[in-house]
Amino acid sequence: MLDHELINRTLSTALSTGAEFAEVFVEDKKSSSAMLDDGRVEELTSGRDRGAGIRVVVGDTTGFAHTADLSETGLAGAAKVAAAAARGGGGGTRTVSVGSHGISAGATAQVPPEDVAKTVKVELLARADAEARAVGPQVSQVAARYGDSRRRILVANSDGLFAEDDQIRTLFSVSCVATGDTGLQTGRESVGRTIGFELFEETDVSELARRAANRAITKLSARPAPSGTMPVVVGPGGGGVLFHEACGHGLEADLVAKSASVFAGRVGEQVATPLVTLIDDGTMAGEWGHFAIDDEGREAAHNVLIDRGVLTDYMWDHLRARKQGRPSSGNGRRQSYQHLPMVRMTNTYISNGEDDPDDIISGTESGVYVAQLGGGQVNTATGDFVFGMTEAYLIENGEIGDPIRQGNLIGNGPETLKLIEAVGNDFAMGSPGTCGKDGQGVPVGDGTPTLRVKALTIGGTAA
Amino acid sequence: MAETNGSTNTELLDIATRVAGWADSGEQVEVFVAEELETEVRAYQGAVESFTSARSQGIGVRVVSNGRQGYAYAGTLDSSALLETLLQARDNAAFAEPDEFNGVAQPDGVDPVEFDLFDSSLDDFSTDDKVALAVELERCTLGADQRIAGIESAEYVDTRCESAIATSTGITSTSRETGCYLATYAMAEADGETQTGFGYSISRGPGALDVELAATEAAERATRLLGATKPQTSKLTVVLDPWVTAQLLGIIGGTLSGDAVQRGRSFFADRVGEQVAVDDFCLLDDATNIDAFTASAVDGEGLATRPNSLIDSGVLQGFLHNSYTARRGATSSTGSAVRAGFKGAPGVGSQALALRPGTHSQQELIASIDDGLLVQGVTGLHSGVNPVSGDFSTGAEGLRIRKGALAEPVREITIASTLQRILLDITEIGDDLQWLPMSAAGVSLVVADVMMSGA
Repeated sequence: MLDHELINRTLSTALSTGAEFAEVFVEDKKSSSAMLDDGRVEELTSGRDRGAGIRVVVGDTTGFAHTADLSETGLAGAAKVAAAAARGGGGGTRTVSVGSHGISAGATAQVPPEDVAKTVKVELLARADAEARAVGPQVSQVAARYGDSRRRILVANSDGLFAEDDQIRTLFSVSCVATGDTGLQTGRESVGRTIGFELFEETDVSELARRAANRAITKLSARPAPSGTMPVVVGPGGGGVLFHEACGHGLEADLVAKSASVFAGRVGEQVATPLVTLIDDGTMAGEWGHFAIDDEGREAAHNVLIDRGVLTDYMWDHLRARKQGRPSSGNGRRQSYQHLPMVRMTNTYISNGEDDPDDIISGTESGVYVAQLGGGQVNTATGDFVFGMTEAYLIENGEIGDPIRQGNLIGNGPETLKLIEAVGNDFAMGSPGTCGKDGQGVPVGDGTPTLRVKALTIGGTAA
Repeated sequence: MAETNGSTNTELLDIATRVAGWADSGEQVEVFVAEELETEVRAYQGAVESFTSARSQGIGVRVVSNGRQGYAYAGTLDSSALLETLLQARDNAAFAEPDEFNGVAQPDGVDPVEFDLFDSSLDDFSTDDKVALAVELERCTLGADQRIAGIESAEYVDTRCESAIATSTGITSTSRETGCYLATYAMAEADGETQTGFGYSISRGPGALDVELAATEAAERATRLLGATKPQTSKLTVVLDPWVTAQLLGIIGGTLSGDAVQRGRSFFADRVGEQVAVDDFCLLDDATNIDAFTASAVDGEGLATRPNSLIDSGVLQGFLHNSYTARRGATSSTGSAVRAGFKGAPGVGSQALALRPGTHSQQELIASIDDGLLVQGVTGLHSGVNPVSGDFSTGAEGLRIRKGALAEPVREITIASTLQRILLDITEIGDDLQWLPMSAAGVSLVVADVMMSGA
């Protein structure tokens, strides 16, 4: 994307005020999407974002500037602004030679979406619309969205690192509204992978559309959700959001360093029941949170965070790792070249347990079964977290019963980890997610087998 | 290429007009051009943790041809990107299906209000001053209460946004505004327990920023929840703090968009003229109110914004429209086209919602409640509220109200109802109307019969 010599000169400029570390992050991202709503392909959108972010570190201070101008002048200008912002003591000249280490990864997509005709993409939308409406007369509205992106990045820093990646992602979602005597209800399904258009060889959009339609129709007969504290069984795939919120964010080293996490200072402790092994893994090829290198040029890694209930490590980016004199764990990510990187999750999951999922349900006298979770939110300093249930049922006498209406569940991370009392053997990845830490959105994946939490608070209206 | 600081409305409008002028015959083109300068200073332990200086520019082009709509954008105003973006949008339009109501806005003769949202004193506010404010904010937050044990973040942010819209139908509009804010997240500790709270101060220019206000508010919010416990589940009367009410209004505003109504995604469809809320409930969306931080003279399609009464004395008056939903609904645009930057075509939505305030202070409202809950913060509105069905469930924290007085703090609870019921269960609206950094004003709101779910 840029030649080594230009990068070396830019880094030298960035270091000219005495900084100990400088980094150039170059990004060229092309996106395209197509939207169907109200029975019609409404709009196709395409866009391009290209630019560089320059980071300069002096002591504990980071200076950052970005530019969409990738010429020598544009880069030098941004480098000076970033260097002035960090303002080191020394000054002087330091030459940099990048390329001593780092990897260059190519795209892994078999069918680059940009090579696929727009008519083919549009046809997927029409098929999803027809299939969803065919499920039943209650389906009153359907929206479907296709999206793809190709993000080429280059990271070079004053340690000599030079790394590149070419990340291709493809996404498809269907949202349905069903209308009945009880009003309106919604159902949504989505699939997203870090692969190309071959996504649609392994995913049938018709099936996806039918699932979304059925979900909306099922909820028309939903009862008000219960209120109060009770056992909750989360179905395969869905529970990842729970762990993302209940402990994932609390294991991010930037929050830990500020003691803004209930998990600070607890490495080596039993923080969860022995059934829980929590892993964050950017290497999972094809998954939504996958990449070859993170946005600081570090290779993706498989990181065990909780091993059979014992907290083993946090997640790290370059800055926090450097301070601790340890390597980054490949969790330094950013939304775009316009943002500073920070510690972020990739694909976060609970590995398989030994329980039969049917036994987990039948062993629950009364409670709630959550088949699909919505988003969530956590306060890492207190550990209190919420997540939404977008498809859920009552469990009565060990059997899944009536559907219940949408609502939030609330719990406390450290407490919830100690209340995981059953973990199934039916591991599945969940839906593609966007994590919005500090206002920066990055794609994340998650997964779990079926599991049961002894007690969570259900935010319903029924007594 | 536009210069960093030399760019003015005229230059942006020139670009927009030039690109709109490239429209083919029989084709409509709308061009949105924006430039934003931002400075962000984060302080930590008495020093600068990070200093970000950002300038971003972009263009978004909408093409409507034979009723088909296409959109494209580029994160640059480099002259080579302008034509390319138009060509992309044109190509995209060819693959969409036609809709007779598609089109860009037409001039409607309504003059935009004249107000100045641009505080030029920001130009003279030095980097050192910005750094000093952030550092001072952290120091004040830490010193605001001896139980404050740390901060998650303390930051100073300023932005300078300019934009222009031009269409092949003859619309030209420009806007520019500045904004500055201080925001701090404090952590309070007592007996091994941690609670957090945020505080802020916002204004158009740096002169009015109030470090003390932001710091004490953060400390107050963090400390008042210390010792909070999880209460028993019960149905009770809740008082929503202005901050919470404003978030609720934002969700209700979404259900009043003409788009949601026309596409069968609003429970308000077909209910114009009906009583949907209690008599005291008067909801106005008015981006011409300069007190609103989201005030704007023009909407996302370049039409003048105007006051829109949505619910008056509890009776549904109508919906918000952009030019598309207006044509489709055989009505006029209400100047309610909204856009989130240059990366997407304008949608329709509320811009500055406010309830007509009542006559009692929050303290007086609380004094009239025997058994209740003052809700000071909510979490997970995006996951627990469904604006289509109206289901409303959110994580909450606050203080119990007992015999007319504030009592113990509570946490790890949810409050739940439906949006439809909440509007009919409101018993009082406070007199404490205040504009907040979102597209709605807050006011204390008393709602009866809300389920509080706890232990």
